Amino acid sequence: MNATDLHQPKQFAPPSRLIRIKDHVRNHWQLYVMLAPTIIWLITFLYTPMYGLQIAFKDYSLFRGVSGSPWVGFEHFNTLFDNQQFLRALKNTVVISFLSLCFGFPIPILLALMFNEILNQGFKKTAQTIVYLPHFISSVIIAGIVITAFSPSAGIVNTVLEYFGFDSVYFLTRPEWFRPIFIGSSIWQEAGFSSIVFLAAIAGVSPTLYESAVIDGASRWQMMWKITIPSIMSTIIIMLIIRIGNLLEVGFEMIILLYQPATYQTADVINTFIYRQGIQTGNYDLAAAAGLFNAVIAFILVIAANSLAKRYSRTSLW
Amino acid sequence: MANMNLYSRGDKTFVVINMFLVAIFTLSTLYPFIYITAVSFSSGFPAASGEVVWKPIDLTFAAFQRVLTDSEFWISYRNTFIYTIGGTLTSLAFIIPGAYALSRPHLFGKRFWNLMVAFTMWFNAGMIPFFLNMRDLGLLDSYFGIIIGFAVNGFNLILLRNFFEGIPSSFEEAARMDGANDFQVLWKVYMPLSKPAIATVALFCVVSRWNGFFWAMILLQDENKLPLQVYLRRTIVELTGDEEFVSSALTIPYSVETVTAAIIVCSIIPVLIFYPFIQKYFNKGILLGGVKE
Repeated sequence: MNATDLHQPKQFAPPSRLIRIKDHVRNHWQLYVMLAPTIIWLITFLYTPMYGLQIAFKDYSLFRGVSGSPWVGFEHFNTLFDNQQFLRALKNTVVISFLSLCFGFPIPILLALMFNEILNQGFKKTAQTIVYLPHFISSVIIAGIVITAFSPSAGIVNTVLEYFGFDSVYFLTRPEWFRPIFIGSSIWQEAGFSSIVFLAAIAGVSPTLYESAVIDGASRWQMMWKITIPSIMSTIIIMLIIRIGNLLEVGFEMIILLYQPATYQTADVINTFIYRQGIQTGNYDLAAAAGLFNAVIAFILVIAANSLAKRYSRTSLW
Repeated sequence: MANMNLYSRGDKTFVVINMFLVAIFTLSTLYPFIYITAVSFSSGFPAASGEVVWKPIDLTFAAFQRVLTDSEFWISYRNTFIYTIGGTLTSLAFIIPGAYALSRPHLFGKRFWNLMVAFTMWFNAGMIPFFLNMRDLGLLDSYFGIIIGFAVNGFNLILLRNFFEGIPSSFEEAARMDGANDFQVLWKVYMPLSKPAIATVALFCVVSRWNGFFWAMILLQDENKLPLQVYLRRTIVELTGDEEFVSSALTIPYSVETVTAAIIVCSIIPVLIFYPFIQKYFNKGILLGGVKE
């Protein structure tokens, strides 16, 4: 029985629409009071900027504001696609996301499988506690650690290189080193925490499968390949789809902290381009156009990912 | 683990190798923290010439002394507490009632409101329109702007809504029979039943507030309002070119590296104190609510 039904007056003919609405308002007006702040917040802070996105098609001036600035059509998009810096940022975004996916995606799965095979619970718990920790540390601190560890004179990395007879390298000024350092540090930060999803999936595998495999004389290695991995495949696929949906979301906060003009050629992504063009230089309309381009591609990816996920799991992601 | 007793002698190598690999991964996660702590307690010269590996060399508290006597450090520390506590309470004040309303089957326009929330997760106007909007609202350079501007988050809202939806409606019906209104149903019945979910959302808010730096860097100018993370970034950037360090590396007991490391240690400590509480909740798997059926 539906909760509202309880408050309907007892009668044999269904009440008129007006009476039902009045009744609902009298009983449940408080729900709308609860909902209102959230909806007002969404309109003020998220939907108003969407209206403001029109400056991507306008010659925006601070003085005239969003509505008053004159329309210029697709001019900013033409400028963007003639702009070498933007094209470079676009390419870097795709390359960095793709590399992060290739290296960053399998490691948490591997880690979850490895945790699952550990029999000593104390060891397992300690290891998990440690590898989850970096997720809760801010990117500024991670960047601070990276800058210190890779510093040319003081850093541990160069100390080790020199110990083995190599020359020291000023890593953070070298374009060819930026991506490995960036991707490596994000794996260091997130791999442990991302493994939780897969561990939860493994925990859901029926123990009877393992019991019967043991009776058949299977080794742990075989059980991992024949039982555990196939059982968590749907989770793996869903997580992969989510990752693809968020492909353009490279951790640009971290990039802003780590890159410098010397490494822009491999490090500059769309969001850092927007930050420099918009916030630092004040080309708000051009930067908004780059942002809109980014958002539309991301939107398409997310929608595609969601419909794919629906097909695989019969549940959508939200 | 169910398969614990199923382990046979032939698997010994596999188990040992596996444990070894996990140990290596764990140590390599841990090592940067050990390294930074060792640097923070070392003297300036050995740290600047890369001699520190595992433990402090020429143990000194000079770097910490410098950090802890800097008034800007304490101001930024205080500000981070203001943003974290104020921001988390504000978020909960929006999200708990909002999620409850969105979870009620008889809410008028339920589909529309939910779509309105979900759409913000798929499509984002981006950095520039958000920034210009904050400026138009007069929320630049204010505590209030940072606290209110990031109060609601679609993911947290939906996480909590899903949790409320999972509570059998008989609870609401029973409370209604006793004459409770919607506020009372939420406050006296649903909130006590949802403590773990609310705690999870609160922890997400605390962590993102404590670590947030990008928008604070962009929206705040006044040095007295900066949070710890922005202070840390400025210190790292500014110290690197600072004359004081370059010219007198031998005469002062600290260096850029040791001071940076000391600030890092000081800002990790609260996270470490808070960490056991965080763990207690994410082990329950509630945070998977957004992904799992």
